[in-house]
Amino acid sequence: MTVAPKREDYDVVVIGAGPAGLAAAATSAEAGLSTLLLDENVGPGGQVFRAISSTPVTDRNQLGADYWVGADLVRSLRASSAEVIHRATVWSLDRNLDIAVSVGGASAFVKAKRMILATGALERPFPIPGWTLPGVMTAGAAQTMLKSSALVPDGRTVIAGQGPLLWLLAAQILRLGGRIDRILDTTERGNYFAALPHALAFVTSPYFAKGLSMMREVKAKVQVVSGITELSASGDGQLASVSYVAGGKRETIPADLLLLHQGVVPNVNLAMSAGIEHRWDDLQLCWSPVLDASGNSSVAGIAIAGDGAGIGGANAAVVRGRIAARAAVEALVPAAAAKLAPMATLRSELAKAERGRVFLDTLFRPSPQFRIPTGDTIVCRCEEVTAKDVLDSVAIGATGPNQLKAYRRTGMGPCQGRLCGLTVTELMAQARNKTPQEIGYYRLRAPVKPITLAELAAVPKSGADVKAVVRG
Amino acid sequence: MTQNVDAIVVGGGIHGCSTTLHLCLAGLKPVLIEKDYAGRHASGVNAGGVRQLARHIPEIPLSIRSMGIWEKISDLLDDDCSFESYGQVLVAENEEELAVCRARVAELNALGFTHEELIDGAELRRLVPAVAETCPGGVVSRRDGAANPAQTTTAFRRKAQQLGATVREGVAATNIRYSDGLWYVDVGSESFAAPVLVNAAGAWAGKIAAALGEPVPVETVAPMLMITSRVPHFIDPVVILRGRKLSFKQFSNGTVLIGGGHLATPYQDRNETVLDWKSLAISARTVFELFPVMRSATIVRAWAGIEAKMKDDIPVFGPSSRHKGLYHQFGFSLHGFQLGPGAGAVMAELIVNGGTQTRISDLGIDRFHPTTL
Repeated sequence: MTVAPKREDYDVVVIGAGPAGLAAAATSAEAGLSTLLLDENVGPGGQVFRAISSTPVTDRNQLGADYWVGADLVRSLRASSAEVIHRATVWSLDRNLDIAVSVGGASAFVKAKRMILATGALERPFPIPGWTLPGVMTAGAAQTMLKSSALVPDGRTVIAGQGPLLWLLAAQILRLGGRIDRILDTTERGNYFAALPHALAFVTSPYFAKGLSMMREVKAKVQVVSGITELSASGDGQLASVSYVAGGKRETIPADLLLLHQGVVPNVNLAMSAGIEHRWDDLQLCWSPVLDASGNSSVAGIAIAGDGAGIGGANAAVVRGRIAARAAVEALVPAAAAKLAPMATLRSELAKAERGRVFLDTLFRPSPQFRIPTGDTIVCRCEEVTAKDVLDSVAIGATGPNQLKAYRRTGMGPCQGRLCGLTVTELMAQARNKTPQEIGYYRLRAPVKPITLAELAAVPKSGADVKAVVRG
Repeated sequence: MTQNVDAIVVGGGIHGCSTTLHLCLAGLKPVLIEKDYAGRHASGVNAGGVRQLARHIPEIPLSIRSMGIWEKISDLLDDDCSFESYGQVLVAENEEELAVCRARVAELNALGFTHEELIDGAELRRLVPAVAETCPGGVVSRRDGAANPAQTTTAFRRKAQQLGATVREGVAATNIRYSDGLWYVDVGSESFAAPVLVNAAGAWAGKIAAALGEPVPVETVAPMLMITSRVPHFIDPVVILRGRKLSFKQFSNGTVLIGGGHLATPYQDRNETVLDWKSLAISARTVFELFPVMRSATIVRAWAGIEAKMKDDIPVFGPSSRHKGLYHQFGFSLHGFQLGPGAGAVMAELIVNGGTQTRISDLGIDRFHPTTL
């Protein structure tokens, strides 16, 4: 059902119904606060628990036990008094906590006393030659189809990249009878040594056993080539082959589908457009919001939980959601916080959930050649700007991503930099011999997601306008 | 260590950059100081209108002077600035508005200005076929057009640098003082000294003027703009309305820029603005009514640039009325972009020659308080 928000003001507005948002909204509502949860998808779950209430995949083993944890979160939310609206696109948020949201083609404005952003993660761009060809897509997009429609690839399929999600997706495709011809593992060999000091925390974390068995399961059925140092896709208007170099040897294989994945990064667009301060994370190689221990951002009243606060995975997201919600309750109705789990308990749960993360981040740190393209490789897909174009602009005086807009319109297309932003920052940083932090990021602007002119034209008029009309 | 230069220009908007370039062309060695980067604020993010149309009479001579430079902008900057000249059209939505247009054109003609031309409904629809049938006519300024503001401001900065200007970006000018015939300014760990100081600091210029004993009635504003996704080409000139706040421009890539002067809330100290979507909705409604072809276009981005607006809506331009060697160039009140190239040329003439042929006498800071020099 797509209905507009029932009220104009809420104690707490949560954006995003993934693990963090589900937990945050349930916690806040449980404490008696008027709570609105806005989510862009058709049902709860976010990406990790996508289609949790509607998936046609009923054999629990196929999607794995971790997936079905989402069902409990949804039950708690539904048992609470939180107002939940799906297919709701928040397209503007500012430092006064004014929110503009589009529901069913009509926009409404609501105001919050506290906000919890749980907008999750995006897949990191994977700008290799040919990545814009039809037939090349991200692993996340493939997983979306798999979870919501039980669709799996049946043509010649290559999966390339690295990271936990890549192996999870491969296992899920195979369990559902899909086809994978080859997996090209781009994990840098040196990363294994770099990650070693963090291995103890990892082997005692919940990731370890699950990750190992999943990799074994996949490797039993698919040829895996590791140590990939070069990768490209080619074809005439459609993917025809994938070419790679491993151990100094080049090989080209025919392919109908190439799934790319090299980890996820915080989805920062809404937070940045609200003016929240972010900093470059040298380990995760992405922008992360500056937050205190309760998830509060640099903008008063706005907290961030889940992977949008820095990649931590689903278990950590749930706890961060509860922490942020508890902090909101403490701020608004301190007495009501007594009903909730104590902060100390939550913090120790978070520490447990985050164990092993540094190991994963170090091991799966993507190689420079897969983050920072060269030559004619496309950087900005919306405006078809190549790496060379960016470097040429740097040479004549473009000093950062915002200045680059004037030369090349990068980041000014409909994706608002989601597909090029990190690449542009790192490419310019390398070219100018600066750190990504010094180079900075696009200033992001509302609408964070496009709305039609007709929809904006139809928004409720302000009180003053209405009065003017009444007076005639 | 204090470095001696010929002139210090504070503010890297189009005005500061243009003045710096024209000082270089006159053989001087200026330094340009910009606290952020050139074109960071209004100069880089405005609607890009290159407009003589509908200007306040005191600034028309400066605007005409500027137009001549715009038409040869590539020769000056080695950059076309994406300048294009399809005219600007002011649309009258009814007979009352057309009568105001008629009186305005007659007034300009009487003063000897011929750039604005009254048009009837047929000519209006020839120029702007998509406009609603009910509009009876308007005014056209045929040499007007539009340019890319960030590209233009950057091009001025770059050319000035090539001709020998020193440019300092990312560091504010502080501790501005006058001693023994020289202006001194600190820029981070550096200091510059020059006989000439140009205050072209936009929204920050009022504070500089006040600190130097010349307070003026100025406020900081942030006019909002929004841009749509690409739509099929349907309009060439820039369109503005007589009776409502709207300006409208389709670029060659198909995107459409919608502006008109509705204001955001500026947070000047943070370099931030907070948009007012209820006002932007008014612009959207106006476009919805006038250009049905635009109804299904999507809005991909909205923003606002911080700038200075004078109480009387015309800029402060010319020498200080108190201090020798001090010049003001600010307060362009939402219509300074087109004036940038000409104002830089005229400012350089004032500094180098002590005078100019271009009539600017109504723009001086002395209009706010009597000369005390």
